[in-house]
Amino acid sequence: MIAAVEVTPAYYLVLGSALFAIGAGGLLVRRNPLVMFMCVELMLNAVTLTFVTFSRMLDDVGGQAVVVFVLVVAAAEVVVGLAIIVALLRKRPGATADTAALLEG
Amino acid sequence: MIELIVFVFAAAVCLGGAVGVVVSRNPVHSALSLVATLFGIAVLFVAQEANFLAAVQVIVYAGAIVVLFLFVIMLLGVDESDELEVEPLVGQRTAAAVVGLAVFALPVMAFISTDFTATGILGDRDPDVADIKALGELLFTRYLYAFEITSLLLVIAVVGAVLLARRPPGRVDEIVDPGQTEHEAALAERFARAELDAGYLPKDSDTEESAAESDAEGTGTRPEEVRS
Repeated sequence: MIAAVEVTPAYYLVLGSALFAIGAGGLLVRRNPLVMFMCVELMLNAVTLTFVTFSRMLDDVGGQAVVVFVLVVAAAEVVVGLAIIVALLRKRPGATADTAALLEG
Repeated sequence: MIELIVFVFAAAVCLGGAVGVVVSRNPVHSALSLVATLFGIAVLFVAQEANFLAAVQVIVYAGAIVVLFLFVIMLLGVDESDELEVEPLVGQRTAAAVVGLAVFALPVMAFISTDFTATGILGDRDPDVADIKALGELLFTRYLYAFEITSLLLVIAVVGAVLLARRPPGRVDEIVDPGQTEHEAALAERFARAELDAGYLPKDSDTEESAAESDAEGTGTRPEEVRS
């Protein structure tokens, strides 16, 4: 391992996978809709990191272009998702993801 | 060598923040941990010569998205901690652990079996061309359609957010409205009925607790709705 002091793309990929795993686990474990959303953001960022790593690895800026699109989609998703959460929590204070199944009208 | 130091520190910040997001009981702490993770990823972007993306990451994520999260947390007052002891879906945590480990195991196996002398880097990018310039050229030539569709997506998101977060008409303020309490009592009754129909039975102890809490704070939450 001493010989492998140089940071290879594999390090970044493993870090990205670790972040993705933590995000996925958190999404499954937590019930507060806001925190679940943050876990989704974690997963998106893990994928972003992977894209940038491959972009450098293959020397292709296309990976970074994809990251720009991921950012835009994440922003749109957060806006709509938070609006839904606001509407939900205004109707039922203290609602969790379990009670969201009862939403009708 | 310097890249290794940068990587280790940034990775530690990233992982610590990520664990903080999941483990924190208070959503505000989760949001702040998320900022730490985003900054760590921005540092890793810089380490990988994606300077423009690092700036965008800090501006858009830490500057806009996390602030939006914090706004919603503060606006709704959902800064009460949610209890982690009760497991409503049996086996949920085990499933989460299995899925998380499975996702994590694949790259770790790849990492273990990697020959570290092969970096996979085909060659350095032309240092004369800044990454923002190359990225801009690519966005406005090859990915032009995707870029334009992105603008459509943003418009739709804005319209959707405005529609969803709009208050129902005829209810301007939370405090004063003749007949508001009757309306809310009817709503609470309806919810109680829906819950009975769906077979959802809340535990008595914690709902009473939260009702008592909201009473003590006097934040204007309606105990009729909380009880249901």
